[in-house]
Amino acid sequence: MNITEKILARASGKNSVAPDDVVFAKVDKVMLHDVSGPGVIKVFDKLNNQGIDTSKLHDPSKVWVAEDHFVPTAEKISAENIVKLSEFTKNYGIKKHFKYGMGQYGICHTLSHEEALVSPGEVYVGGDSHTNTTGALGAFACGLGHTDVAYVLLNGEIWFKVPETFYFKLNGELSEHVMAKDFILKIIGDIGTDGATYNTMQFGGSGIDRMSIESRLTLTNMTTEAGAKNGIIEADEKTIDYLHQRGATNLKQIKSDEDANYSKIFEYEASEIEPTVAKPFSPENITVVRDLSSIELDKAYIGSCTGAKYEDLLAAAKVLKGKQVKIRTEVLPAAISIYKKAMQDGLLQIFIDAGAMVGPPTCGACCGAHMGVLAKDEICISTTNRNFPGRMGHIDSQTYLASPLVAAASAITGKITDPRDLN
Amino acid sequence: MKGNVIKYERDNIDTDVIIPGPYLKIHDYIELSKHAMEGIDPDFHSRVNEGDFIVAGKNFGCGSSREHAPIALSTCGIKAVLAVSFARIFYRNSVDGAFLLPIEIDEKTYKSISNDDKLEINLERNEIVNLSNNAIYSMKPFSEIIGKIISAGGLFKYKK
Repeated sequence: MNITEKILARASGKNSVAPDDVVFAKVDKVMLHDVSGPGVIKVFDKLNNQGIDTSKLHDPSKVWVAEDHFVPTAEKISAENIVKLSEFTKNYGIKKHFKYGMGQYGICHTLSHEEALVSPGEVYVGGDSHTNTTGALGAFACGLGHTDVAYVLLNGEIWFKVPETFYFKLNGELSEHVMAKDFILKIIGDIGTDGATYNTMQFGGSGIDRMSIESRLTLTNMTTEAGAKNGIIEADEKTIDYLHQRGATNLKQIKSDEDANYSKIFEYEASEIEPTVAKPFSPENITVVRDLSSIELDKAYIGSCTGAKYEDLLAAAKVLKGKQVKIRTEVLPAAISIYKKAMQDGLLQIFIDAGAMVGPPTCGACCGAHMGVLAKDEICISTTNRNFPGRMGHIDSQTYLASPLVAAASAITGKITDPRDLN
Repeated sequence: MKGNVIKYERDNIDTDVIIPGPYLKIHDYIELSKHAMEGIDPDFHSRVNEGDFIVAGKNFGCGSSREHAPIALSTCGIKAVLAVSFARIFYRNSVDGAFLLPIEIDEKTYKSISNDDKLEINLERNEIVNLSNNAIYSMKPFSEIIGKIISAGGLFKYKK
């Protein structure tokens, strides 16, 4: 069995599973945020009306809650949702609620690794499609809707069809101006936004071994954009160290068997990956950055679970140091812990000196919700994960998806820019 | 099950256009339904009728996991979406929450069905009859678990 099959077999009490088997898997961790949380509360209300008992959760200690999409609260409705969320966690005895303005908080997927909330080998589900992100820690991490999350909260398990696994092997080391974001955009360009629908995307090879945990998280994060059920990377010593530093204990490494089955294997040479951009209006619509050097921009956005981890900010800061931005530039660290480290290490100073704005952790403009959304015809280069029509604001705005290095280089010139072409 | 077709001749209709991001904060079903398909079809809410079907290309419902998407469509009266393929979370949200039927059709059927056609869907026979021209199409049968959850009326009513 491969790692995903092993985790699902363990969680469903079976010796082995194979693709297409339907299993009910016990869930180790569950996440809700300020959009899916109120959605789940609505489902609970409906269940109550049908006479189904929702007075107790299966295990509140397995549940954690983030406030990220509409925070700092955007207007009255989102403010009410945040209040509802606090009542919910209080009523059900959920202790891990990361409230904004009360210490550590941030984007749910960022907290999952910053706070070591999920361990290798676990089944982790969340009420958000980018829950896949956390699979970089060697867990089965999968996004679900409100009804399914409500079911998990009350029953501690959920059904899955065991996915087929596509294995993406990266040989060698990415070059200096290339980031994990470029690699995952290249993959999505190759297989399409439905290229891995219902399937697992597993990453491995010497290029992955050499990658930092944060870079690996960028890869699994955007497996969602290829339609994957989950993205996964086997935990190694790096993973264990990363989680130990964040307080995790009793960690295990689960590896695929030598004779594990993969329904497709894709192989990439790291040296051949170039700075890459996804043009509007799809993450699969990719081209190399140098093909787009005539595109003039209105804004650069460095934020989100995909592109505002510490390493992403560090990459952007290296480019922006001592330079001035030519277009509106927004930097929003993905969690307070990252914000603090960026402050201590002088990165925020670099951004502000360059003329950029530094904002609080939020999903904000990434999902077109608030705080930096785009006007009609505005063109943005963004370190986020989606560029569907209207995703970041007006239906006639445009988003180009890129790495933090490319976004920072483009902020300086006002045009889409390969970091190698900066003077 | 009979209904009229609202057809979108496009692939990758994502949940951001089915219900745009700013409305994610809304959890009132009626209010959400007023914004269904607003991203590509602002008139949708005023022209959709109870019992209508949506017909679209491949990868319907890709993107965000927002359950608001099947909720908004079903509250408008949409009973089924017939598409060449579906993104996984939209598919399971539609079924587990018992909002609407996600029905997979082949490329040829997708091309044969026109906007405003009247269809009759027969789940027992996995068959779709086009009452506007008497054509008969087949639909991809639901997998065992999906069929059982649909028959039960959603995941919470399904007995393992």
